[in-house]
Amino acid sequence: MSTETGNRPETAEIPKAVSGPSSYLDERIGAGNFIRRNMRKVFPDHWSFLLGEIALYSFIILLLTGTFLTLWFKPSMGHVIYDGPYAPLRGVMMSEAYASSLHISFEVRGGLLIRQIHHWAALLFVAGMMAHMLRVFFTGAYRKPRELNWIIGVLLLTLALAEGLTGYSLPDDLLSGAGLRITQGVAISLPLVGTYVSFFLFGGEYPGEDVISRFYTLHVLLIPGILVALVTAHMVLMWVQKHSQQPGKGRTNMNVVGGPFFPSFALKAGSYFLFTFAILAGLGTFAQINPIWLFGPYTPADISAGSQPDFYMGFLEGSLRIMPAWEINVLGYTLPMSVIIPALLPLGLVMTGLALYPFIEQWVTGDRSEHHVVDRPRNNPHRTSIGMSAITFYGLLWLLGANDELAANFHISLFAITRFGQIAIIVGPILAYIITYRMCLGLQRKDAEVIGHGVESGVIKRLPHGEFIEVHVPPAEDIEAHMRGKTPIPALPDGSDEKGIPPKGMRGPLGRLRGRMSRTYGGEKIPMDQPHGDDHGAHEEIGEHEEHAAVGATGEGRSLDR
Amino acid sequence: MTDHNPEIERPEERVPKRVIGTPPAATERAVLGEDKPAAPAVVAGVKPQDPRTVRKGERLAALCFTITFLAGIGFIASYVIFQVGDLDGTAASNLALGGTLTLALLGLALGMVVWARMVLPKYSVVQERHVMASDREVRSDVAEKFAQGVEESGFVKRKLLRRTLLAAVAPLGLAPVVLLRDLGPLPETKLRHTVWGEKTKDGKPLRLVVEGTGQPIRAADFNTPGGLLSVVPEGYEHDLTVLAKATVILVNLRPEEIKSGTNKNWTYNGIVAYSKICTHVGCPAALYEQNTHNILCPCHQSTFDATDGAKVIFGPAARPLPQLPIDVDAEGYLIATGDFPVPVGPSFWERGDAEAEYRQKGGQV
Repeated sequence: MSTETGNRPETAEIPKAVSGPSSYLDERIGAGNFIRRNMRKVFPDHWSFLLGEIALYSFIILLLTGTFLTLWFKPSMGHVIYDGPYAPLRGVMMSEAYASSLHISFEVRGGLLIRQIHHWAALLFVAGMMAHMLRVFFTGAYRKPRELNWIIGVLLLTLALAEGLTGYSLPDDLLSGAGLRITQGVAISLPLVGTYVSFFLFGGEYPGEDVISRFYTLHVLLIPGILVALVTAHMVLMWVQKHSQQPGKGRTNMNVVGGPFFPSFALKAGSYFLFTFAILAGLGTFAQINPIWLFGPYTPADISAGSQPDFYMGFLEGSLRIMPAWEINVLGYTLPMSVIIPALLPLGLVMTGLALYPFIEQWVTGDRSEHHVVDRPRNNPHRTSIGMSAITFYGLLWLLGANDELAANFHISLFAITRFGQIAIIVGPILAYIITYRMCLGLQRKDAEVIGHGVESGVIKRLPHGEFIEVHVPPAEDIEAHMRGKTPIPALPDGSDEKGIPPKGMRGPLGRLRGRMSRTYGGEKIPMDQPHGDDHGAHEEIGEHEEHAAVGATGEGRSLDR
Repeated sequence: MTDHNPEIERPEERVPKRVIGTPPAATERAVLGEDKPAAPAVVAGVKPQDPRTVRKGERLAALCFTITFLAGIGFIASYVIFQVGDLDGTAASNLALGGTLTLALLGLALGMVVWARMVLPKYSVVQERHVMASDREVRSDVAEKFAQGVEESGFVKRKLLRRTLLAAVAPLGLAPVVLLRDLGPLPETKLRHTVWGEKTKDGKPLRLVVEGTGQPIRAADFNTPGGLLSVVPEGYEHDLTVLAKATVILVNLRPEEIKSGTNKNWTYNGIVAYSKICTHVGCPAALYEQNTHNILCPCHQSTFDATDGAKVIFGPAARPLPQLPIDVDAEGYLIATGDFPVPVGPSFWERGDAEAEYRQKGGQV
């Protein structure tokens, strides 16, 4: 019982069941060196570091539940007459894919549960990735040396969308067919190659009889194979580079502070996996998702009103919906702009922007150093504003993907919502940029004030001349350390000579733009030790104090301690 | 500290003598060797929990694990007890299996969290980081070795070798692309026609039949103004690839409501037939508002005016729904007198302005 009481815990003897195999392995692959270095590898603790884990665990659950589903699913578009237990569809002609999906749902014990867990896990997989990506973006955790892992992450997100699209087409019900039809309509609109892409994908004219089996191969083999490889690479890089950490007491760019992999992190990660699984199992049990039997088999002649894709496809749906009609006919060829633009522009803008951001930022700031302590979003206002702008852009498109639902549920004119969307998609991101930028500066001022003046103590004091003031005390040590983790954003050196001529490479239009962007993006907007962000300086002189006291109750954030 | 002698398990003669320059024999560095490891000193950053918290944690975690044990048994029992096959049975089975599974996972997860938070010490361990880049010496060594390898391989010096190698792999690299050619037939003019231009086996024009039931339609029976029917070509009721282009909506209008955009020669007694396949991305434009005679596509809300040649009045579609020329046969059933004048469905690169071409030939679309 010394482990519970003593300061010097005695290590228990290693049981034979562990020492035997581990020696066996070490003698053959020399695992000892690796394990010695890594068993107590330190993982920093912060709630935001767990978002990516949700995606990882959802992916594992997707692989497990997906394998289960393949045991019964028949990826075939051959016609069968349904004679299963679901009475409303008995005698109806349908594809084998749809019939086998119904079989899984109604005739395999646990089939419906696993199907629903699989679908929920797919949603959580993408949602987890998005949340994780936003965390990495807003804290600047993508900076050197983690740019490669960021690129892998963008690839993962893109592939996850493709994996989702191929997946929800497989049951071949009326709803999934609507998604497939839109996919084909977009593919065929591509200039020059569109008809060929469509004919090669569908084995001829839409829908043909090939697409389900082709999507099946993509969905269960090709894309997950690449996903597994990329996820592995993502983990290995994270492991090798060690996790980034939040600014705080004792945390620097040259260390990592937290708990050891074994036993602390392993135990927490294991329980977190089980939590994710439990939530998904609970959703699969209590929250119905994609009740395919209600939709009926797919036919290109029918559709149900209010058809909605899975949430991660909503932004594409929205951009298709708000695009005004526009088609160009030149020299006997057609450019369906009202399909090409909304299908490719937002996706291209978001994904390319994400992939390039670390490199653009490096180009603007000229920063080539390693960063292991992440930024608080407020401390890089332009980055945060760009991110919020992108979220607004994406979010508006996503919302407008449900313009018919909004119209029906809130009794607003559908046309009015669409018109609003066409304007908001331009104005919204600009407004978001401005508002976020102001908020960031405001929050920085607040931090500077806390550092400069301390925090309100709740103690009211009466001064000799009768004024009441609240006594301020210095902030708690850990909070102050967290705040003081702020570093100025790097910027290019001015480098102009005495005549004001910029250095070589900065003289052309691109160079001048780079210089201007660097000055705007970089630098320290609100210095920590200038509480008002102006030239007041520290408030140590008594004269200044008295001046403030004279201002009376309107003055804020004053301290007796300084 | 040695509890038992490794020599007992590995007799002297099996352990080779260590040669200078080779790694030491494995027994000396076993991962979790047979030796009992030395008790670690108090490690910086590891703060043990209060013993009372630990005892409480242990009991709590044990309770959670017991719940998981019971729920796991419940899961297996539910699998045996609840049969599927009818709707109620499936619902009950789903609830029982999912409920027990959720509870089991939740119990395990909670138990482990309690364990981590109440039994494990509090950690604030500091580990050093090192710059990712290898040092200068390593780098120059790598560069040297690489240069040496390139030199030895002769890849730079032997031009013939290099060029024939590159030439050799180029066609091979294209081979997989070529292999994909048979994924589908070429588009040719397939998108320009639908089966409505064909005749039945006895050479008669195709009748319009109701989608789903396959019943032909007597014009006299479809006589309520404001009515709407989804129709397909007879003989192709279950050919999805045909339906993806040839599905039609029939609208019954009062003759005076029909405007100039609609070709009146192709209507019969106020019955007008338009392609149901939206000209935006091909969803079926399935919604119809009787009062306004608007046809609405539920996918992206393209809205067409049925009285005026199905021209676009809202939404992203850029072209009207093509009109199908219809008439009645000797028995009074609705028939198609020909194909759509222009390609139906979403636009594509080779389509061109088919409407303008058709108008140039003197037709009305």
